[in-house]
Amino acid sequence: MMRGCSSRPKLAQNQDRAVCMTNCPTLIVTVGLPARGKTYISKKLTRYLNWIGVPTREFNVGQYRREFVKIYKSFEFFRPDNEEGLKIRRQCASAALNDVRQYLTEEGGQVAVFDATNTTRERRETIIQFAEQNGFKVFFVESVCEDPDVIQENIVQVKLGSPDYTNCNTEEAVEDFMKRIKCYENSYETLDEVLDRDLSYIKIMDVGQRYLVNRVLDHIQSRIVYYLMNIHITPRSIYLCRHGESELNVKGRIGGDSGLTPRGKEFAKKLSNFIQSQDISDLKVWTSQMKRTIQTAEALSVPYEQWKVLNEIDAGDCEEMMYEEIQDNYPLEFALRDQDKYRYRYPKGESYEDLVQRLEPVIMELERQENVLVICHQAVMRCLLAYFLDKTAEELPYLKCPLHTVLKLTPVAYGCKVESICLNVEAVNTHREKPENVNIHRTTEDALQTVPAHL
Amino acid sequence: MALTFNTSSEQKRLTQTPLLKIWVPWIGCNLNRRRGSSVPQFCNSPTMIVMVGLPARGKTYISKKLTRYLNWIGVPTKMFNVGQYRREAVKIYKNFEFFKPDNEEAMRIRKACAAAALKDVAAYFSKEKGQVAVFDATNTTRERRAIIISLAKEKGYKVFFVESICDDPEIIAENIKQVKFGSPDYVDRDIDEANEDFIKRIDCYRASYMPIDDEKDRKLSYIKIFDVGSRYLVNRVQDHIQSRIVYYLMNIHVTPRSIYLSRHGESELNLLGKIGGDSGLSPRGQKYANALATFIRSQRISDLKVWTSHMKRTIQTAETLGVQYEQWKALNEIDAGVCEELTYEEIQENFPEEFALRDQDKYRYRYPKGESYEDLVHRLEPVIMELERQENVLVICHQAVMRCLLAYFLDKPAGTEIFFSTRIIMTLQQTKQPLLSVDELPYLRCPLHTVLKLTPIAYGCKVESFFLNIEAVNTHRERPVNVDINRNTDEALQTVPDHV
Repeated sequence: MMRGCSSRPKLAQNQDRAVCMTNCPTLIVTVGLPARGKTYISKKLTRYLNWIGVPTREFNVGQYRREFVKIYKSFEFFRPDNEEGLKIRRQCASAALNDVRQYLTEEGGQVAVFDATNTTRERRETIIQFAEQNGFKVFFVESVCEDPDVIQENIVQVKLGSPDYTNCNTEEAVEDFMKRIKCYENSYETLDEVLDRDLSYIKIMDVGQRYLVNRVLDHIQSRIVYYLMNIHITPRSIYLCRHGESELNVKGRIGGDSGLTPRGKEFAKKLSNFIQSQDISDLKVWTSQMKRTIQTAEALSVPYEQWKVLNEIDAGDCEEMMYEEIQDNYPLEFALRDQDKYRYRYPKGESYEDLVQRLEPVIMELERQENVLVICHQAVMRCLLAYFLDKTAEELPYLKCPLHTVLKLTPVAYGCKVESICLNVEAVNTHREKPENVNIHRTTEDALQTVPAHL
Repeated sequence: MALTFNTSSEQKRLTQTPLLKIWVPWIGCNLNRRRGSSVPQFCNSPTMIVMVGLPARGKTYISKKLTRYLNWIGVPTKMFNVGQYRREAVKIYKNFEFFKPDNEEAMRIRKACAAAALKDVAAYFSKEKGQVAVFDATNTTRERRAIIISLAKEKGYKVFFVESICDDPEIIAENIKQVKFGSPDYVDRDIDEANEDFIKRIDCYRASYMPIDDEKDRKLSYIKIFDVGSRYLVNRVQDHIQSRIVYYLMNIHVTPRSIYLSRHGESELNLLGKIGGDSGLSPRGQKYANALATFIRSQRISDLKVWTSHMKRTIQTAETLGVQYEQWKALNEIDAGVCEELTYEEIQENFPEEFALRDQDKYRYRYPKGESYEDLVHRLEPVIMELERQENVLVICHQAVMRCLLAYFLDKPAGTEIFFSTRIIMTLQQTKQPLLSVDELPYLRCPLHTVLKLTPIAYGCKVESFFLNIEAVNTHRERPVNVDINRNTDEALQTVPDHV
């Protein structure tokens, strides 16, 4: 029986766990002057698509250029009359497209994000032809922005740290970069409502104030548009933590709907103090609909929102069992889980893969919101964290999310700064590492090798 | 299970509400802000969605669809069609001259109608706890829009404009054919007369039409839909609900197509009168699968997509079709938690109070460690969104799931005809409420071995039902007369259908 995954159905026959969201691969092509957020968007989009189960990779032409032209001298490389420079840049774009072809046709990729300025119609035409020859759909993402403050902030956040400017001081770097932008400005041909009316694209204006969307062809493009329209760059922090230690936690039992232990309640109090000390403006607090997260939130004495989709992974027949009992009653299941913890589904329960699917609306809303504290559960927190930290499906189920520890995530440059704050209240360890022996014929001892201590 | 009312000294201890199974600080506390739902409680201020566009641009079509969608996902929404108000004020429509810009008398009436509609919007928000009002009118002048904006500002409503722009004469002609000829305005005219009059009506608006201006109106929140969705311009989306509305509007289309809904063939557990579980088809169920394959082939549908759940019985049914199908976990049957695989008799025996609570409010009732219909709707939302995007689809699912999907597609405006090709499987009352209420949803009849074919027409949906002539048990349990928790066993089991 084939299982569906991510938010999309799976073809029943002949697909070896491939998620089929489109019939042919999609090439997303960024368009825009330097410092308009193209790489930011590319990386974020790639991260999101991979998380929901669509194999995606980004191809940054600037990278190719840096590998080719080992040392960056100055903006003169980008002058439109620099023949040598133009030749190299064209070659880099070709090399990148070649890698795109390989990724989408031979390596099982479904979406490739081609991250470059692509500011001339000529360059875009080349890409369109390339896509047609290979049977790829093309979707353009153009970022248009004239706000000098935004551009300045971009430059400060990501350009100054670029390998191109490691040996320059800030003023030099900014000056050079502004001249670099100038090199592109004269030949910039924005996507035109009339001339480009047959293309599929989204034009993002002024960091999301306004969008122009043209000819969305299929499901994946529709999801991409929805995602792009929900992200923002307003500085904010997301706090993730688990409920306080629960009665079932101390007994080494999984799942269930128990209340907090005295130590769990103490954590809730300390969490309240911590949150107050952070002095966060307008903090939203979200919990699941399980008693232990709600009890934790109650201690904060602020309004909170309950989401059923934040409930812990459903362990089906194994609910409220200890690992020892699972090994006793379902040794085969227990081994299968260790073999592929991400895709393994508990009998009459869920898998991590199912969890990701049901958490997608949470992620979408987290993108829309600003400061949020999410009080959830171990498996749920691993899924959310994997999204923000770009972890693979293999790593996700083993991310460490201990009790009584708050993770503060702050978007910075192209990624996320993570601060881990342990609130100094003792709790059981609930993290079970992958044991060495995952064979279905292993001994009980081998199976229980990594089970954490409990009452 | 005893209900405990916490005294003030115990207020710190959480209790789970018996019906919804939500943990609350104490029974009876006001939890509207705390209870999760498919649309989190972000709509603090009510929202007015204001349509803009010349006649025959799909404004009412969009308004009705949007209203239906928002209500289905749990956002109380109501539509206010100014044309209706005009028809009530001016009992008989003579001709397009009513709409001439120099017709002062008519202008006064039209302004009064708009004002009356706006007044009702205000009442809907303040007295009826509505959250979204869809103001369906042409709103083609800046002046008219300014009035609405200033009213909204005064009252603290958010405003989101939806403008439909289309100059394709074929599309407009098709619109006029589909919805205008049936309008009360043209009930005594022949088609050519009506068409001519309507074209002149559109011309009356054209001269004064000022589309939303991307420069002057840059501070407004709006979406412009060009040529039935080939292009969109979206400006200043303010919040979650506007973002959802934009996403929805960008996924709907008007290409003709049909959606087929069916349950799996009769299952082993169906025969035993047991709910839930993951059993296979009975012999009759397998016969149905064969009949379904024959039926589908006879329909000669181009490019049909077939969807099933992850449960054995829907997959077995799809396998017989011999075509590719896709499995959605979201289409799995409602999770009955601790009541899984029990008969109603067993539920009454083991959980009599739960059984009664379910009869009291079947839509919101959540099985212990299970789901409610309300939860089901939430998890089916991506299915609905994808159904909107797709064209011809056959969905093989389950009783509760099918009820939820059907409820999304149905509405009951007065005068809409619902066609049945064989027996009538549902009796809808013509009430003042145009939409199916959540109280009716869990009692929609979705018998085994019957395919429903839904075809969008005009503003609604034509429903044809095909019973494929393979006998099956009845799994429909009506609401019993006595829903009190102290009722006796006989009263509780009064409406349980027969089984082995």
